[in-house]
Amino acid sequence: MTGPADGGPGRLQVRGLGVTLGRAEVLRDVSLTVEPGSWTAVIGPNGAGKSTLLRALVGLVRHRGSVLLDGRDLDRAAPRERARQLGYAPQSPVLPDGVSVREYVQLGRTPYHSLLAGPRHGDGGIVDEALHRLDLDAMAGRSLRTLSGGERQRAVLARALAQQPRILLLDEPTTALDLGHAQALLELIDRLRAADGLAVLSTLHDLTLAGQYAQSVVLLTGGRVAAAGLPREVLTASAVATHYGASAEVMADGSGVRVMPVRPA
Amino acid sequence: MLAPGGRRRRGRALAVAGGALLAAALAGVAVGAVGLPFGGVVSSLLAHVGVHVGTPLPPVEDAILVQWRLPRVVLSALVGGVLALAGASYQGVFRNPLADPYLLGAAAGAGLGATVMIGWGPTQLGPLGTVPAAAFVGSLTGVGLAYALGSVASRQGGGSATLLLAGVAVSSFLTAGQSLAQQAHAEDLRQIYSWIMGQLGTAQWSDVVLVLPYMAVSVTVLLVSGPVLDVLAVGDDEAATLGVRPRRVRLVVLLAASLGTASAVAVSGLIGFVGLVVPHVVRRLAGASYRTVLPVSLVGGAAFLVLADLVARTALAPAELPIGVVTAFVGAPFFAALLRAGGGRAR
Repeated sequence: MTGPADGGPGRLQVRGLGVTLGRAEVLRDVSLTVEPGSWTAVIGPNGAGKSTLLRALVGLVRHRGSVLLDGRDLDRAAPRERARQLGYAPQSPVLPDGVSVREYVQLGRTPYHSLLAGPRHGDGGIVDEALHRLDLDAMAGRSLRTLSGGERQRAVLARALAQQPRILLLDEPTTALDLGHAQALLELIDRLRAADGLAVLSTLHDLTLAGQYAQSVVLLTGGRVAAAGLPREVLTASAVATHYGASAEVMADGSGVRVMPVRPA
Repeated sequence: MLAPGGRRRRGRALAVAGGALLAAALAGVAVGAVGLPFGGVVSSLLAHVGVHVGTPLPPVEDAILVQWRLPRVVLSALVGGVLALAGASYQGVFRNPLADPYLLGAAAGAGLGATVMIGWGPTQLGPLGTVPAAAFVGSLTGVGLAYALGSVASRQGGGSATLLLAGVAVSSFLTAGQSLAQQAHAEDLRQIYSWIMGQLGTAQWSDVVLVLPYMAVSVTVLLVSGPVLDVLAVGDDEAATLGVRPRRVRLVVLLAASLGTASAVAVSGLIGFVGLVVPHVVRRLAGASYRTVLPVSLVGGAAFLVLADLVARTALAPAELPIGVVTAFVGAPFFAALLRAGGGRAR
């Protein structure tokens, strides 16, 4: 992959973001920064507003506050322009019927076409490369619906990569994956991040995975940022007790932070 | 978004559908109460466009060909092609395999318009049949109402499903209105009924000329919508994150498809099955990409309806079957067979 299409380091800044859905204030005054090439994990208990935050960043929910990429207001950018900067993989992607893996990954090239045009000449190479990097070459011609859970997640990721974004927004990428597949997927994302200088902002349910892969962690509760910083600063036994109502042991070592639930006495 | 093999596959599917259309059209103009020889038909047709090869038909038979058979075949092809294309487009924007061109109140509106005109209106308005005009207006009104209701309701959340429900509500309302109008004019039941069953028996060149401009606009817009309908297949949200504006796309495609449907309904009445089944047959045989499904449905739908009309006027000759009956009779078993054959295949 040739990496970002145009200049700027790719620093995502969120300032005072708020979202109201119906009468409920789902997010309130959320500010965070995703440093270029880094991995930021958004954690928090159910209903904290993690997915809504990601959806607001890609422009799917109306919000207050601003979303800046290298100082440029993304909310003022055209949808296609925004789509070239932010690649998004939802928690449960819609997988269309009768579409091959390759055709699906090719959809990632959409922001680079006029709406009425099909794929361009150079697209084939970019799509091939995305398929190859996610080890999908062998199944490029297969129908999307015939893939296993892990393969599907890789196909969705390949589509996002074909978008050549500067920031990857991943909503619970490991949902429905067993531990081994979850780990393999996160390793893969980390390698892509390092190779392309892509920044990753992902919600993660599993605190240990968050503590091991992310360079910085944002803890959301009740729609507000309760804590943000290095994993070992945010993921403490007391934070887990306060915000999740869970009892856990936290261990920090060279590989990151591990959070292990302990049955309350 | 076609894979390398996809372009070839689309070309092949288009060639097959085109061949079928040509064969159906030739059979359609040659077969009938007066049989016309194929060679003479081809020579005559070529002679009319200035190419003189072989022996053309004698004048009387030439008149049958040009004044009777040809407009009917052309109109059948236009109506079938547009209905199938509109059906495929509806299925695309709603991501619903059961969507058909009449879904958003187009049929019910046309039915009400036609019934009111048959019951109360003058029979002729200048050179224009009043029933087609009323059906056209009614059809567009039905879709307009459904869309207005749908977009008001979807402001409270929803999306394409809300629009579908609005279509159902508007259709029921207009159908009720149509029944009421029909009750008030029971003496016209037969005429109303035959309109509703679909008819191409009175096809004339003037009908073709009447609907051609609307159909041309509709077909042009829909045919270029293939790539964007492929993107819409991943859902509104994901399509939006790929830089597409789903609501705007849906509005444009629905308007174009409804315009085409209204034009078809105006000259042919309600012909079921074409818009629903032809796109599915195409999907089964040629793949699900809308860049393939749309053009192949257009050509395949044209071939199907020309053939259906041929059956309608020859099966019980000299009596004519309502074409809607034929499309269902031919279409349903064929579709069932296709479902059976494809059932074992993973898709």
